Amino acid sequence: MKELTCIVCPKGCRLKVDEENDYAVTGNSCEKGAAYGYNELTNPMRMVTSTVKIQGGNHRRLPVKTSGDIPRKYVMDCVKLLDDVTVQAPVKTGDVILADIFGLGVNIIAAKDM
Amino acid sequence: MKYDLVVVGGGPAGLAAALKAYETGAGNILILERDQELGGILNQCIHNGFGLHYFKEELTGPEYAHKFIEMLKDTRVEVKLDTMVLDITQERVIHAINSKDGYMTIQAGAIVLAMGCRERTRGAIAIPGDRPAGVFTAGTAQRYINMEGYMVGKRVVILGSGDIGLIMARRMTLEGAKVLACVELMPYSNGLNRNIVQCLEDYGIPLYLSHTITKIEGKTRVEKVVVSKVDENRRPIPGTEITFDCDTVLLSVGLIPENEVSKTAQVALDRRTSGPIVFENMQTSVPGIFACGNVVHVHDLVDFVTQESQKAGENAALYVKGQYSDSEENCIALQNGEHVTYTVPQKIRPENVAKFTEVFFRVNAVMHDAEIKVCSGGEELLSFKREHMAPGEMEKIVVPKKALDAAKGREITVLVKA
Repeated sequence: MKELTCIVCPKGCRLKVDEENDYAVTGNSCEKGAAYGYNELTNPMRMVTSTVKIQGGNHRRLPVKTSGDIPRKYVMDCVKLLDDVTVQAPVKTGDVILADIFGLGVNIIAAKDM
Repeated sequence: MKYDLVVVGGGPAGLAAALKAYETGAGNILILERDQELGGILNQCIHNGFGLHYFKEELTGPEYAHKFIEMLKDTRVEVKLDTMVLDITQERVIHAINSKDGYMTIQAGAIVLAMGCRERTRGAIAIPGDRPAGVFTAGTAQRYINMEGYMVGKRVVILGSGDIGLIMARRMTLEGAKVLACVELMPYSNGLNRNIVQCLEDYGIPLYLSHTITKIEGKTRVEKVVVSKVDENRRPIPGTEITFDCDTVLLSVGLIPENEVSKTAQVALDRRTSGPIVFENMQTSVPGIFACGNVVHVHDLVDFVTQESQKAGENAALYVKGQYSDSEENCIALQNGEHVTYTVPQKIRPENVAKFTEVFFRVNAVMHDAEIKVCSGGEELLSFKREHMAPGEMEKIVVPKKALDAAKGREITVLVKA
């Protein structure tokens, strides 16, 4: 049995998820909460936001993000991947900085014009 | 120089106000921004979670700002960057300065104050101990890391569990630091649940509720901090000390509306919000001077800043066009009742309300199954049920014109029964 806080709405229900019983969720007050509890334990996904070095911009860092959610277990590897990246200004919001990271079909894209 | 409308501040509030004023038909509009670019604090808020209400999509801070900056390009709104406003008179003369134009005086038909807020510092909360390097406000650390490219520390303790502190706990971790603890004086966090889960729990960072930093030690750089449990009166309990070896302390201990310039125009401020007292249309006590966003009261979500600022921009444009009455004859004063710490607006003129007006407020405790009541002269005018209320979550109620007309003695009290 695993306990977690639901983040679907500000109420913050304490969910209990039974891993041994097909991840059955209790403690939720709505269906969305049940789905959240199930996904959080079976396949938690996160968007990653960070920065990369930029040359010729008005700042020294360019904000970037994943173009979609990635499995949570890839988050630390994802930010490590950005350590060695340097881009040249000008960059447009949405420009692809790194394509298809870890074969997940998700890109690292620029989050600011610079 | 002469403009119909001058907006002071080019962050989310100023951008939304200027755009809405332009749409409403104010002729020539000028935004004055002290930074080198528009967007304000959004530029350093590189995390996602912005725009879910307003754009129905999840954006990062810079992306949210980008949308408004792009919209501005299709208008004739002028912008002066790197420009500092020094003084505003009650006659709406703005004294400002930059290195290109030098010293300027600008006569404005109307003004929107959109200067945002700033962080409370170590001095404001008086943490005992040494004065070494390594103590930052969370927002300063955020700017260093996300924009300037400087890492601020390796082993970190965060004081305060507001959203900026939580966001920085994750950010420092992703950049390779070890965040040892997030320490919160109150028995609950003021941050969003989502941030507690995704910024602390995801990375195994412990949250110490009802704890505070009682000592900072270090000669030149922070070497350790002492954290103590506090009793129900928020006094440290001797014998509960925990020592953390760390080189950095981040403070996320509250935000204060930045109203130095408002004071020069003798705009009346509310001691509860530290922001201007505003009417239902976001006008301040000085006719023709409006205010919106975090300069009025600190918001949780930028989406609500945008909406409030559009209201200010629209009404500033109507003021310029003379389509607006600022008679205070039937003005209703909003009072805080039980559990309510402030309301915005503080004053409502029913004549200016078409069908309904929105009232924003905060409560002083975490409550479940609470009831919000709007009363006047001992009579209940409205009531609203809430399953969950917390000080960290701004509340909104919609007050219909009917209820305003029924207000007795020109006073309305907003209160919450737990």
